[in-house]
Amino acid sequence: MSVTKGSHRILCCGALLFCLAAFSANTALALEVRAALLRVDTTGSLPISRLDLPPEDLGIAGGRLGTEDNQTTGRFTDTTYTLETRVVAPEAAVEALDELLGQGIGLVAVMADGATVAELARRAGERAVILNASAPDDDLRSEACAANLLHVAPSRAMLADALVQFLVWKKWPRIFLIHGSHPADLALAESYRRAARKFGAKIVEERVFEDTGGARRTDSGHVLVQRQIPVFTQRAEDHDVVVAADESDVFAPYLPYHTWDPRPVAGSAGLTPVSWTWAHEAWGATQFQRRFEKLNGRPMRPQDYQAWLAMRVIGEAVTRTGSNDPARLRDYVLSDGFELAAFKGQKVTFRPWNGQMRQPILLTNLHLTVSVSPQDGFLHQTSPLDTLGLDRPESGCTAFKEIRP
Amino acid sequence: MIRPGLLVLASLLIAPPALANKVFVTNERGNTVTVLDSASWEVIGEFPAGNRPRGITISPDGKELYVCASDDDVVRVFDPHTYEELHTLPSGPDPELFVLHPSGNPLYIANEDDNLVTVVDVKTRQVLAEVPVGVEPEGMAIRPDGQYIVNTSETTNMAHFIDAESYDITHNVLVDQRPRYAEFTADGSKLYVSAEIGGTVSVIDTAAGEPSIVHKIAFQVPGVLPEWLQPVGIRITEDASRVFVALGPANRVAVIDGKTDEVSDYLLVGQRVWQMAFTPDEAFLITTNGNSNDVSIIDVKAEKVIRSVQVGEQPWGVVVAPE
Repeated sequence: MSVTKGSHRILCCGALLFCLAAFSANTALALEVRAALLRVDTTGSLPISRLDLPPEDLGIAGGRLGTEDNQTTGRFTDTTYTLETRVVAPEAAVEALDELLGQGIGLVAVMADGATVAELARRAGERAVILNASAPDDDLRSEACAANLLHVAPSRAMLADALVQFLVWKKWPRIFLIHGSHPADLALAESYRRAARKFGAKIVEERVFEDTGGARRTDSGHVLVQRQIPVFTQRAEDHDVVVAADESDVFAPYLPYHTWDPRPVAGSAGLTPVSWTWAHEAWGATQFQRRFEKLNGRPMRPQDYQAWLAMRVIGEAVTRTGSNDPARLRDYVLSDGFELAAFKGQKVTFRPWNGQMRQPILLTNLHLTVSVSPQDGFLHQTSPLDTLGLDRPESGCTAFKEIRP
Repeated sequence: MIRPGLLVLASLLIAPPALANKVFVTNERGNTVTVLDSASWEVIGEFPAGNRPRGITISPDGKELYVCASDDDVVRVFDPHTYEELHTLPSGPDPELFVLHPSGNPLYIANEDDNLVTVVDVKTRQVLAEVPVGVEPEGMAIRPDGQYIVNTSETTNMAHFIDAESYDITHNVLVDQRPRYAEFTADGSKLYVSAEIGGTVSVIDTAAGEPSIVHKIAFQVPGVLPEWLQPVGIRITEDASRVFVALGPANRVAVIDGKTDEVSDYLLVGQRVWQMAFTPDEAFLITTNGNSNDVSIIDVKAEKVIRSVQVGEQPWGVVVAPE
């Protein structure tokens, strides 16, 4: 496809047929694409590490960069991209969505917990395509899926599979699983059990780290941690690695160096599976990181990357289809024609059976990219990326009418 | 003392009449340039080239060697005979690839961080123009008649056609994901653009009028995952009969028939094959193999890899001195 400035109108006068063809090819002229990013904040407790304190513009900053990238491309296709952002409390989420839909915005990226994402997708129905940029819940990709709900954020199953593949590749198959007591932690623990079964690892022992409340930070709290964690982890079955399932951020960062047995820690601390880390440099990521930092004055978090991805999915679909119609964009995104470069070494695409974006998962020690899954040797008949997360036969999602090219 | 001299003399007598050229290879991680001799394929030198040297080219008169020192945010200019650094050229941050005007001046540099193509006069060392392009400009090519410059932008996924006089963008052609490299045929009638993540090479008709894609080359190698068939560097024979495409982590160079634009063969080279350069007589094609720290030498006529030569750490770019 060639996009030119200029003189189609003169040519059009010559032949009506050509005129129609040129006109339809040029629907990109002054095309306006309006998207929104809706972040729903729950008042959670403080993170264990102050390095993890969420910035005010978490996610929003990524949406901003994605929109700017789209806009740069839009200059050449006569397309304008705008982004409305809203940050609201859970009780105001529906109202905020209604207001955005009322403005005629049909492309909404959402950062919220799984239940809220599901509720907003239901509420939007056919009026909008919702891009889930944060919730990892597997049921949203299975029984609780919705036809207007696409997931750019990886699922818990994808994250757990990515880590366990690496552990198996390392020949560290004996896992000591320690999980938290909140529902998200239990769900993550279940993802690790599933991953261990899938790839031939073995969970040799499980322990629960109960959240008994209390302050996250106390002066010289490490003194107590240094005594508590060894005791908590002693006399475990022989294991190669400790895997922490602590989505609630209650205990995992305390594990490394404090476990009874000298074993590496992975999962919610230590070697962590993520969609993004600001340490990542491969595949041209350095320029991307720098672009983000220049615009926002801070490093990129996974949530920012996911919001950026949501905007780039929209931008790429608009560029290739020349349309701003949400339904048409959704269909294109789910088709074989869609592909997107996302600084992870291979194109990212969508699973047509549940709307989940296929993507490599980075394994980081929060200082470097240690490895990237899928690992060598984990094969799949369609794409090695489908070894991560819910494959077609595993997903209970029936809302997607499969789209054939 | 006498014997080595005799041996040199003897080898000169035996050697084929082909002229030896210096081959310069940038080592991205080693921070050096390795110099090879194109007759013996021996390493004859290595010199420091700044931090993270990548793109490399040489002036048509063979007097100045230009190296993108990506982490120094400059282009370093070396004397190809003494390996002394002569001076630097302003490039904007993180220069990666550039193209020199066929006359030897100016130099067109893709400036990834600022979404610009920077035009630099290599004599006065001044920036002549900055052209705003798409997100993450990368590949650079110039039509051999000097009429326009082409830049590819990796996140916008376009080839931008820039008028060499006015620096206005006249056309934008949408290609597949992450376009990396652009190369014209010698007569300027066709432009090949590789899309690393899309896994294709777009063939763009640039003979006359509006440039448009006439063909897309896809790749398929038994036993290699399609995800790893990532086209990067491109080289075309002077007569446009054959096009060579480096396929990155697939460790292969595709040979393409320049008439039909169909793949005729795949040559197994080193790991993560990246950029390539012909010797001036087109007898050999040298490929840089980033993950095996070597270059592969391809006999162009026979379409055979004849040998590999260890160079520095993570070889990236390559240029051969003119006759």
